[in-house]
Amino acid sequence: MTKLTPVLSASWDQKDSFTIEGYKRNGGYKAVEKALSMAPDDVIQLVKDSGLRGRGGAGFPTGMKWGFIPQGDNKEHYFVVNADESEPGTCKDMPMLMANPHVLVEGIIIGSYAIRANHAFIYIRGEVTHIIRRVQQAIEDAYKAGYLGKNILGKGFDLELVLHVGAGAYICGEETALLDSLEGFRGQPRLRPPFPAIAGLYARPTVVNNVESVASVPAIVNNGVEWFASMGTEKSKGFTLYSLSGHVKNPGQFEAPLGVTLRELIALAGGMRNGNKLKFWTPGGSSTPLFTEAHLDTPLDYEGVAAAGSMLGTKALQIFDETVCVVRAVLRWTEFYKHESCGKCTPCREGTWWLVQILKDLESGKGEAADLDKLLDLCDNIAGRSFCALADGAASPIISSLKYFRQEYLDHLSNGGCPFDPAKSTLFELAQGGAR
Amino acid sequence: MPLTAADNPVMDSIINRYPRSRSAIMPLLHFAQSKDGYVTPDSIEVIAQKLNLETAEVSAVATFYTQYKRKPVGEYHVGVCTNTLCAVMGGDAIFEALKDHLGIENDEVTADGKVSVEHIECNAACDYAPVVMANWEFYDNQTVQSAKDLVDAMRQGNPPAPTRGPNKLPTWKENSAVLAGLNDGRAHEGVQAGEPTLLGLKIAKDQGAK
Repeated sequence: MTKLTPVLSASWDQKDSFTIEGYKRNGGYKAVEKALSMAPDDVIQLVKDSGLRGRGGAGFPTGMKWGFIPQGDNKEHYFVVNADESEPGTCKDMPMLMANPHVLVEGIIIGSYAIRANHAFIYIRGEVTHIIRRVQQAIEDAYKAGYLGKNILGKGFDLELVLHVGAGAYICGEETALLDSLEGFRGQPRLRPPFPAIAGLYARPTVVNNVESVASVPAIVNNGVEWFASMGTEKSKGFTLYSLSGHVKNPGQFEAPLGVTLRELIALAGGMRNGNKLKFWTPGGSSTPLFTEAHLDTPLDYEGVAAAGSMLGTKALQIFDETVCVVRAVLRWTEFYKHESCGKCTPCREGTWWLVQILKDLESGKGEAADLDKLLDLCDNIAGRSFCALADGAASPIISSLKYFRQEYLDHLSNGGCPFDPAKSTLFELAQGGAR
Repeated sequence: MPLTAADNPVMDSIINRYPRSRSAIMPLLHFAQSKDGYVTPDSIEVIAQKLNLETAEVSAVATFYTQYKRKPVGEYHVGVCTNTLCAVMGGDAIFEALKDHLGIENDEVTADGKVSVEHIECNAACDYAPVVMANWEFYDNQTVQSAKDLVDAMRQGNPPAPTRGPNKLPTWKENSAVLAGLNDGRAHEGVQAGEPTLLGLKIAKDQGAK
């Protein structure tokens, strides 16, 4: 059976796992003592050596990002955590912060010390009130315990940590839009270079890391590089959270070594619901090109998924069975990208609007076969032609669904509308008078 | 109750969190919503004065983010996730049923001012689909019937507690204060995790026990 490796999730079944007492009982805040006794450059080297790569989607090596911050430059440095988790299908950071916010706080202290930042921010999405409470309380308790504030643990290191609550904008998960938002502007991506490591928050050198990346650091400091590298694959080391949702029998979070396959994960989730057939799935959120049954044995690490034509992304595995209309699914995602486009770049702002119009016509059977090529042509003019990856993400479901399910689009035209019954995809029986 | 001079100490404490005052716009807008329920033209002026900005600069931010409302919402604001996964799993059916049941459209409020509904995007709880949010608290694994029961209870002033949240559902204004970073002392309430969150850990422990 597939070996699971609960590290981040190891304490989540304890009722008080989110309190400072619970965290310390499980060995919490030991790593910060160790890290603050090391030279900051050695902490950066440790994270580099571990091979930890960003868990927010792009997979950039975390230690290398920390190493890009210029030192001795007499400027303030900032450490910013991206807790804006909004990529459709992605649901790993929020349950982690609900169950154990202190592991993030500890990772932030270590990261800030390493890059020599005295001010850190957690940018959390605004639609998760109870998680915001838990993180706020964790920060306050960490201050009281002397892990934040002046002269932390008597080591002469000062750190202020502020929780900044967003207000409903997917684009703020993009790191430069996040920084604009944190500065008090509309969240719109910046042209790079300069990268945040040179000119980030308030035009100062800034690290922006995903929650799971930062939360993985205390375990690496505690257990060492070799322990971390003993899990995962050659270029994708360590453990990570895979989130299964949709038409599996038991959806949920699975912490496993990088490189596990969907076939293994579906088995852990009890198989497909009702024994239905898998139709399509996302490896890492809606912005990563769709996969099908043909990809069940693709290793879910950065290289494996890329080699098969998609991206590991956030490891948000959204599973759709044979009852689901792929055109309906893609139209809904496209409406999302249209709604969330910040409007800064014309190809994205205008292009996503046209994609929705064409897909709506196709879904209702009013389009024509030539529209399929028009969709691809539009995608070609949107992806890669905007400041940020939202535009690329918008094109992904369309291009990949046309690659695998072109006939299903055409069936909508010959059928004069959608041939699927949406009630069959729901978790409950709508047929029973709509009662349940 | 609009923002007034009496709120200055709280607003100053929010501004003082940041190295540069402009960063306080977002929490101040959440704070304004905790007073009025939405962002009023008056509160835009107060915030602009406080931060030494033009009102247009504050308005530009307020209108960009969907959680800032330009008109009153209900005491209980209900969001139904209709992004693809939740939609497919039942979110579309739930949203249609709620609008029909309440006799209101998207972004509208019932005449008694109790409940408003909005279709929302992915709320990071896909393993609990279909997901309904109320005042941005989680109501997991909803059905058409459970969602109707939820809004009925709201109209009677007695909504059930969130699935993963505080012991009692706070009002829209109360939760807006939490989003402004003001601790309401309820972080310890509710579960640490739901079953789907714990599934992999449980299987791992079963594996280890074998």
